[in-house]
Amino acid sequence: MAKALIRMPAEAKKGEVIEIKILISHPMETGYRRDAMGQPIPRHIVNRFVCRYNGEVVFQAELFPAIAANPFLSFFTVATDSGEVLLQWTDDQGHTESETVRLTVV
Amino acid sequence: MAARRRFSAFSAALLLLGLAVSVSGQRPERGDEIPPEDKRSGYHFISRETQAMQDDDLANPGSLWVLEGEELWRKGAGAAGKSCADCHREAATSMKGVAARSPAFATRAGRVINLEQRINYCRVDHQQAAPFAYESRELLALTAYVGHQSRGMPMRVAIDGPARPFFEAGRTVFLTRSGQFNLSCAQCHEDHWNQQLRGLPISQGHGNAYPAYRLEWQTLGSLQRRLRNCNTAVRAEPYPYGAQEYVNLELFLAWRARGLPVETPGVRR
Repeated sequence: MAKALIRMPAEAKKGEVIEIKILISHPMETGYRRDAMGQPIPRHIVNRFVCRYNGEVVFQAELFPAIAANPFLSFFTVATDSGEVLLQWTDDQGHTESETVRLTVV
Repeated sequence: MAARRRFSAFSAALLLLGLAVSVSGQRPERGDEIPPEDKRSGYHFISRETQAMQDDDLANPGSLWVLEGEELWRKGAGAAGKSCADCHREAATSMKGVAARSPAFATRAGRVINLEQRINYCRVDHQQAAPFAYESRELLALTAYVGHQSRGMPMRVAIDGPARPFFEAGRTVFLTRSGQFNLSCAQCHEDHWNQQLRGLPISQGHGNAYPAYRLEWQTLGSLQRRLRNCNTAVRAEPYPYGAQEYVNLELFLAWRARGLPVETPGVRR
């Protein structure tokens, strides 16, 4: 399963504001539903998302059960130096996924 | 005696008149009475925000299934260890237009089958693998991936030759009242489209965006899943997944939607 779709520029001018968009594949089970047998379905959501740009946190978010399945996040940062943008998220079962995108600043 | 003869002469004249009208194409066919210029994809009945979600491949969650389908396309499976790509090569060329022509009559099956069933036939016959379950993630992913290759192409199914009886059976399903509410598909989607039902406009009932991501489902689903929803909404018992009644109806709907572009994977409310 593709774990996420990411869109951000590969190249930017120094000082330019860039947009980073990510669509994360996740069921985001709220914990408020019951299955066909009446048993509660345990909560299973992405609860934390962090974006690091050359190691520095530029964006982070806490996610809650009201957020839809396959959450879509969009945020901005300023291109300073060439390097790596690390996108990382953790869910209720403790799985941490990450993707790294290379950004070249000219 | 004379009266009867007069009557049959009269009904023969009526019949001839009816034939003349249908040959000249003046009278629309039953279940297809929306004029071509008024034909609208379900896309026109969803909110602007949902349309924007469908239009941007990154915001469209259906893209996740398309990507997974592409992985499955290249992965070997079954006792034969063959992948879809081993026979069909690049889906971008070999699968272009396939969804626009589905469902279609399959000689091997002796009946009309839909895209999901076509994929499973390949799986069983050529990959020698167990068929995917209806509505499984894998089957939805492959269907979405194959369907995506026809995006933008006009729907154009064949309803002649051996497909004809299946097509007519599909039309019958479309026109038959069912459920405790005693409603047929046509009563909502032919007679009352664009009128409000629970505060939302009724669509024309075209399936050109499926498999589609429905916000209500929070996941991608097949056209049959959507049809089952309609059955439940009129308090009728849905047919099981893969039922020939649904495939026939899918064929009728695809013909009814002829000319509309394939939108797979669409986004719906």
